[in-house]
Amino acid sequence: MWEAILSPDFFSSMLRTATPILFATLGAGIAAKAGITNMALEGIMLFSALFGVIFSSLTQSAWLGLLITVVIGGLMGLILAFIVLNLKTDEILAAVAINLMATGGTVLIMVAFSGDRGVSSSIRSVSAPMVVIPFIEQIPFIGKVISGQNVLTWLALLAVLVLHLFLYRTPLGLSIRAVGENKNAAESVGISSRRIQYIALILSGALASAGGFYLSGGYMNMFTKDMSSGRGFIALAASSMGGNTPVGGLLVSLLFGVAQAFANIMQLLSLMPYEIILMVPYLTTLVGLGVYYYTQKKRKERLSGK
Amino acid sequence: MNSVKKFDILRMFLSVLVALALSFLLIFVLSEEPVEAIKNLVIGPFSSRRNMGSVIESMIPLIFTGTGICIMFSANQINLSAEGAFQIGGLAASCVAIYFTADILSPLAALLLAGLIGALFSVVPAILKITTSASEMVSSLMINYVALYFGTYMLNNIIADPRASSASYELCPASELPVLVSGTRIHLGLIVALLVAVFGYFFLYKTKTGYELRLTGVNEAFARYSGVNIVKVIVSSQLIGGFIAGLGGGVEMLSPIYTRFNWTTLTGYGWDAIIISTLAKNNPLYVPFAALFLAYLRTGASIMARRTDVTLDIVQITQGIIIILVVAEQFLSRYRHKLIAREAKAALSGEEVA
Repeated sequence: MWEAILSPDFFSSMLRTATPILFATLGAGIAAKAGITNMALEGIMLFSALFGVIFSSLTQSAWLGLLITVVIGGLMGLILAFIVLNLKTDEILAAVAINLMATGGTVLIMVAFSGDRGVSSSIRSVSAPMVVIPFIEQIPFIGKVISGQNVLTWLALLAVLVLHLFLYRTPLGLSIRAVGENKNAAESVGISSRRIQYIALILSGALASAGGFYLSGGYMNMFTKDMSSGRGFIALAASSMGGNTPVGGLLVSLLFGVAQAFANIMQLLSLMPYEIILMVPYLTTLVGLGVYYYTQKKRKERLSGK
Repeated sequence: MNSVKKFDILRMFLSVLVALALSFLLIFVLSEEPVEAIKNLVIGPFSSRRNMGSVIESMIPLIFTGTGICIMFSANQINLSAEGAFQIGGLAASCVAIYFTADILSPLAALLLAGLIGALFSVVPAILKITTSASEMVSSLMINYVALYFGTYMLNNIIADPRASSASYELCPASELPVLVSGTRIHLGLIVALLVAVFGYFFLYKTKTGYELRLTGVNEAFARYSGVNIVKVIVSSQLIGGFIAGLGGGVEMLSPIYTRFNWTTLTGYGWDAIIISTLAKNNPLYVPFAALFLAYLRTGASIMARRTDVTLDIVQITQGIIIILVVAEQFLSRYRHKLIAREAKAALSGEEVA
């Protein structure tokens, strides 16, 4: 078993399964930094997985497909912002509504577009390419892990860096954090909280849609019904466990990747029933959430001298 | 009833009508035979005794999870574990019903266990919140999947019938809830469901704990200063809500609709419950009506999907629009404000005359 865990395949599958979660986690993080719980990530990812297939097949280009999908993802973030901020709908209920519409809407759109019902097998979509890095590819262990990953995995890692710099090194990032920290205080120094929350939700939607695109154009090469299967929810948990920071989100997403890669190995070796293995990521997140918040609480209590 | 309250009810009906109108519009865009589709959707449920029965049948699980969510949400706990509690309640009831075959005692034990397991399940996010202050919403989302995979584990490894494909052994006939109306599958569970809804109403609106619960939901800090034991209130509300959702899963499993446990995906009744509690404004007394409406819509849509080219999935769009319009404070808010102003003026001039 240890042999399998220390193999390059293990680390490579960890990165592969962590990618969609990471995108959505970053999306959850930026919304949370602006003070909004974006539970609609699940629905946005599902819509984007379908749009990715449709638009990459229409343009016959993965990049154009990705671009259009991300723009639509941003639009969905905008719609969510409008519903929550202008129509003053509760953010959780708005998200429930969007997720419901995504479950039904994706099937309706798929049927209307191609006649497929469960799987988009008749849509000729284009997946995002793998990146083979010369020279590094030759290095025995690391080469197999790093080279041959999907380009979106690299984009996700790049997004962590960009988002970190954006949140902690730019004035707009500062405003986002200020609004999330204390809306009234931010308003009192002339920051329009509504404008900031709009921006944060648009970015959140765009990030989640990149994760959705990866699901149907990288992780798999087609759209299947309900394929986001709770990843948007896991992202909420992952982000909250990582303190809603991009780097923290990355670490927890990788942890989730480890759990999933571990599950894959156990399934191959059939050491445990696979249903128990499928449970592992959710149990990990549940326990992780508890541990993280417990240490946070203890630290706060210690700092306030109780 | 003052005119603002009347207006709120009117507004809800209007939201539902707008949502239906938008869905009809969508049917016109998507379908080759839109008139036929809409006819089936609207009139289909009344077309036969069987179809009318199926509206009532599908209302039953919705009443359970709807009432459960009303109680959980009234304490302002966004605990979404009703979905998992329903699943695991169904599993628990089937396990009992497979191995314990005594008359009358078997369904009673099965339902009791379903409720208890549901309660223990739904209280986990609340306890996690109290001890570690982790968001109950996030942990309840995670724990639902634990319930799902635990259910499929039991189904495939412990109670699997080798002669059936991914289904458990048959539930014993003694456990099956009796049918109330011949020619349909409306079963005893309907009575249990209605009793639960009435119980929910009395608990929330006529008992001290219920009052404390709602007070905590509206303003936790105020409740704490007034001497309400917040921890007790939160834990008991999630226990009761989870019990009801789990009981619902058990009742559904023992109903004539199922002869074996075969749930390999989450049922979605936990999410439907959120629509119901929204329509019922968290009052269990209105839950059966909201459930009836949703069940009617579902049955109509499945008849439409069987007879025409429009798929069942359109209902989810309708439901989504309904939630947004009902919850959106700003929908028709200008008229509401006008009404409030007019009423205030009338009250003032009335005082002057007196």
